[in-house]
Amino acid sequence: MRSASKKLDPTIHDLVPKHEVLSVEEAYTVLKQLGIGPEQLPWLKATDPVARAIGAKPGDIVKITRKSRTGGEIVTYRYVISG
Amino acid sequence: MSEKVIKGIKFGILSPDEIRRMSVTAIITPDVYDEDGTPIEGSVMDPRLGVIEPGQRCPTCGNVIGSCPGHFGHIELVRPVLHVGYVKHVYDLLRATCRRCGRIKLGEEELERYYKIYSAIKNRWPSAAKRVIEYVKRASMKNAICPHCGEKQFKIKLEKPYNFYEERKEGVIRLTPSDIRDRLEKIPDQDIELLGYDKEHSRPEWMVLTVLPVPPITIRPSIMIESGIRAEDDLTHKLVDIVRINERLRESIDAGAPQLIVEDLWDLLQYHVATYFDNEIPGLPTSKHRSGRPLRTLAQRLKGKEGRFRGNLSGKRVDFSSRTVISPDPNISIDEVGVPVDIAKILTVPEKVTKWNIDKLRELVINGPEKWPGANYVIRNDGRRIDLRYVKDRKEFASTLAPGFIVERHLMDGDIAIFNRQPSLHRISMMGHKVRVLPGRTFRLNLLVCPPYNADFDGDEMNLHVPQSEEAISEAREIMIVHRNILTPRYGGPIIGSAQDYISGAYLLTVKSTVLTEEEVQIILGVVDLQKELGEPAILAPKRLYTGKQIVSLFIPEDFNFHGQANISSGVRVCKDEDCPHDSYIVIKKGKLLEGVFDKKAIGNQQPESILHWLVREYGEDYVLWLMDNLFKAFIRYIELHGLTMTLDDVTIPKEAIDKIAEKAKEANKEVLELIEKYNRRELEPLPGRNLEESLENYILDALDKLRNASGEIATMYLDPFNNAYIMARTGARGSVLNITQMAAMLGQQSVRGERIYRGYSKRTLPHFKPGDISPEARGFVYSSFRRGLSPIETFFHAAAGREGLVDTAVRTSQSGYMQRRLINALADLRAEYDGSVRTLYGEVIQTLYGGDGVHPMYSAHGKTVDVDRIIERVAGWRR
Repeated sequence: MRSASKKLDPTIHDLVPKHEVLSVEEAYTVLKQLGIGPEQLPWLKATDPVARAIGAKPGDIVKITRKSRTGGEIVTYRYVISG
Repeated sequence: MSEKVIKGIKFGILSPDEIRRMSVTAIITPDVYDEDGTPIEGSVMDPRLGVIEPGQRCPTCGNVIGSCPGHFGHIELVRPVLHVGYVKHVYDLLRATCRRCGRIKLGEEELERYYKIYSAIKNRWPSAAKRVIEYVKRASMKNAICPHCGEKQFKIKLEKPYNFYEERKEGVIRLTPSDIRDRLEKIPDQDIELLGYDKEHSRPEWMVLTVLPVPPITIRPSIMIESGIRAEDDLTHKLVDIVRINERLRESIDAGAPQLIVEDLWDLLQYHVATYFDNEIPGLPTSKHRSGRPLRTLAQRLKGKEGRFRGNLSGKRVDFSSRTVISPDPNISIDEVGVPVDIAKILTVPEKVTKWNIDKLRELVINGPEKWPGANYVIRNDGRRIDLRYVKDRKEFASTLAPGFIVERHLMDGDIAIFNRQPSLHRISMMGHKVRVLPGRTFRLNLLVCPPYNADFDGDEMNLHVPQSEEAISEAREIMIVHRNILTPRYGGPIIGSAQDYISGAYLLTVKSTVLTEEEVQIILGVVDLQKELGEPAILAPKRLYTGKQIVSLFIPEDFNFHGQANISSGVRVCKDEDCPHDSYIVIKKGKLLEGVFDKKAIGNQQPESILHWLVREYGEDYVLWLMDNLFKAFIRYIELHGLTMTLDDVTIPKEAIDKIAEKAKEANKEVLELIEKYNRRELEPLPGRNLEESLENYILDALDKLRNASGEIATMYLDPFNNAYIMARTGARGSVLNITQMAAMLGQQSVRGERIYRGYSKRTLPHFKPGDISPEARGFVYSSFRRGLSPIETFFHAAAGREGLVDTAVRTSQSGYMQRRLINALADLRAEYDGSVRTLYGEVIQTLYGGDGVHPMYSAHGKTVDVDRIIERVAGWRR
């Protein structure tokens, strides 16, 4: 997918980990599992280059899968906010 | 009184009505005491404001000294003044509202819309609501004509700290606090909320003071200095100033004084009220005491390191603590601390009398406060506290002791205490130690616990705290005690371990050439607590001789296996496998040290994945506690027998070597001169990303570095690798091989800021050189060794480089200290939940799994969740 600016796609960069927008059901299970409301997740601005590139809208939950020196592959989540 | 629960805290601005309501009296006289020294009613020391002297009853509440909370008074200000803390808010409000009707300068529908948004989100998204308010304010400020009344607005200017001006057509007019108050009063309640204020608790006009609360005397006590002179608190001084000016202003107005004089006095009143709140306002002269010392007013009491928050609430001075110089004692256990008798007689532990300990405690009470071990206080069943210093017949008193009494007895052997050295950078800067009462005046601690405290004995002082409650005592004993902290929570390696002489001793004991007669073995093992058969010596004929490795093996568990390189495995003596002629590869099989020596890599502090580390992980902290108290003591005993010192000969190289080094120096010098020559002819090859000058510098540095290394190699070739200085360097006990070559062969390049020294005169470092001389000796290269001695010029360069090191440490500590403070404050309230996630107090997720792997580094194998290699070796054996 190309970004809105058509200039640069950050997702293909080596240092940018995998971002995906979760479906409502998936998001619900994640929140249920952590026992929290969406705003208690770390926030990601909708204007963030990666959020734009994957088409994340405010209210979405983004799943980030990245490599870690300690834990191999680790998964974190972000709550997309307007701004 | 019924029990009450605090549901929330509301912050607001005190209204004039509220100030008058909570006040017990108006303050009107600037004089404080009359001729006979009694406080005048209606002054800032009015007796109705609270009790100050013991025995006195409060005229307001009838309580005696400690129970009377103190009462507020008030000053009716003749003219209103601005509260300096709110000047910024007043400025915003003046610009955001109409000067005639006081409304927000936005259309009715627009206001309606914003109000709807605001009330919808203010509870759930307070930070977003704040942004709405900010937006409304900004938008309103831009409007030059009020949409409600059509009034043209003027630009309002704030001249710091508290003067407002309006730029009208006819000229710039000053707005007096009265004008400002009138305008703020006009802002209607319906608009106030959209500006971020609460119409009930913080009306904006209250930011302009008409009444000033006078805090109770208990908050600003006067102190009696010797000869009965009374010294008043800074706040009292300031309040007297305010009352005096206020009264003068009143008189002037009543007498119909000219406008100019009234305004001057008004201004003065404003100044005094402003400095009463904050005496460090930029742009205002600080208000001073008669002696010239700046007054410590309200803001100064709260602010900064010594302020109320950091100085009295986050940290305070405590009882049951002591501080003195530390000194080493290798004969006490690592979890002990030597406490001087004089200190043990002052610090106490409360012990409840039971039928089992009553006889022991009676004896302590009879001994009293002067004789150790004794007791200082007894708390009886009725709660009375008896000071044993004033009990006439302690024998008789001791017989009245009964179960349920509490005896505050002296600190005794085996009690637990928390030992601490500043700066307390990590949790192991405070550890629990068992008390050992010793003669002398210093705290004693085992040398092995120096690394966690970062302590040495060049005059360091440490603190000792005695926990009082049973919970605190058992917590200190079970979690904080030294041997529970051998592994550091930073990376899981042992932070407690040997240093310096322990390492030299271990090396000398385990080195191949050490053989011991039975008598010597007995001397060494005389200091340890070990019940084990010595076994047959390794050498039977011509004499029965034990090896050092046999001695060490006695202490190692019988199923322990280890192999790895020692610290001495470097340079020409490197060994990567068990077949090692240099004895630098450690092999322990079934608890027997077969090969290799014990040095820094094996038993040193802060050495992860060492023998010591695996011993702690596999055999537990209690075993390692025993090991450190016994085996390590044996190392010290052996080094006492052997002796270890350093002589000039240890760094002296023969004439032949000196000549070789001189030869090398000459070559390098020539090389550098050639480089300079090439540079002058512009034939020098520039390095990528550097200009010609920088490239030349780099080439020169390279050449000179090569020279120092070469001369170091020559020196090491001629030095005896088994001389004492060299042993210390190779085993990691103290110093490095580089240090030795600097002593024996050549000191090398001195640098300031990572460059050759060029500072000083223009184009030269010292007047001994020609301007523009960039030869090695003119730019801080030292050809001499410490052994031979430095020339005066070389000494100067060496001092210049040495100074940089001192400056660096001073700068770095303050910077890292500030960074640590901020990190601690940012991370203080995070915690790992039971599901492994890291969360804030509000349940916000910081990490979904602590550290990505959910592993506590202290219980990990040097950061790895599991050390697979070590486990396979333990189960399947090495090479099988």
